[in-house]
Amino acid sequence: MTPAQRRLAFLLGAAGLAAFYLWGLFGLPGFGNYPGPYGFIINRIAVGQTNATGVVSTVNFEYRGFDTVGEEFILFAAAAGIATVLRRLRGERDRPAVDEAAGRQSPPTSSAVRMIALLFTGPVVVMGWWLASHAQTNPSGGFQGGVILATAFVLIYLSGEFVVFKRISPADLTDVVEAVGAGGFAAVGVSAVAMGLPYLSNFLPLGSVPGAVSSSGTIALISFFVGLEVAAAFILIIGELLEQTLLIRQRGQ
Amino acid sequence: MIAAVSTPYTVPVAMMDTLQVTILVLVAAGATAVVLIRERVRQVLALSVYGVLLAVLFLAFQAPDVTLSELTVGAVALPVVLLLTLAKIKKREE
Repeated sequence: MTPAQRRLAFLLGAAGLAAFYLWGLFGLPGFGNYPGPYGFIINRIAVGQTNATGVVSTVNFEYRGFDTVGEEFILFAAAAGIATVLRRLRGERDRPAVDEAAGRQSPPTSSAVRMIALLFTGPVVVMGWWLASHAQTNPSGGFQGGVILATAFVLIYLSGEFVVFKRISPADLTDVVEAVGAGGFAAVGVSAVAMGLPYLSNFLPLGSVPGAVSSSGTIALISFFVGLEVAAAFILIIGELLEQTLLIRQRGQ
Repeated sequence: MIAAVSTPYTVPVAMMDTLQVTILVLVAAGATAVVLIRERVRQVLALSVYGVLLAVLFLAFQAPDVTLSELTVGAVALPVVLLLTLAKIKKREE
């Protein structure tokens, strides 16, 4: 194929793509015009059915809870995969984190970074926990809260040492928490089956006031388990990557 | 259609339109910047800023849940993972 022929093939393809793309664009509903019925139906019935005012969480953990279980296990599998790929291989060894150049000390963390990281750690934990435990009342949820909880551990790494990060998040404990989180979500579903209801049915009392933290039944419980799973998964992933970066070296390096 | 609900937070439609157009332009500029920056660490930082822009975009389009996810994953978690990976690769290259 000569360059001219290639260019012709590309131009033909690009013209075809542009034509179909424009055709598709003109077939779209107008900006801001939602055509489907489901959103309107859910807006009308969700709060009455579940007493949860965070309707996005109601959709995630209730109406399409089965999809969310699948997503949960995608993250679980990804964390397990990273832990497997980044394990210590034969031919690799631990090496203390010292500066590569001989006779040079690695610079200590600046006090400005330490102060800021320390100042933020507490509020970040509170915010992560608050988000993970308020999926039923306002925009938030276990996923967002879990990631924010995990960043608290990154802040601790920034403000101190890798050793401290490892001491407060040992791999064994993180593994267990992650498994409890992922398994807890699935177990909520199985409990409903054990009570003779469909999988993931909301079998807990819904509370009397819509929008109360204690309302919404299993939605709050599932969000809590998701928060555990996501926080542990991210701590595990970041811990493995930190270990790779700071400790593990090829033999002979 | 559901009738517009008046809340204490209601703003004029024109103001919302301006906000949405502005943030759309900013997101397009941010995405272009991420592609054009070739130095890797700077590219990751630009990606993090782009994550914040996307989060604001989702907020302006009334999706606060997605805002939170984008903020945590796009602006924080992904850049951290990328930076750590870059640090590891750099050590090996030296």
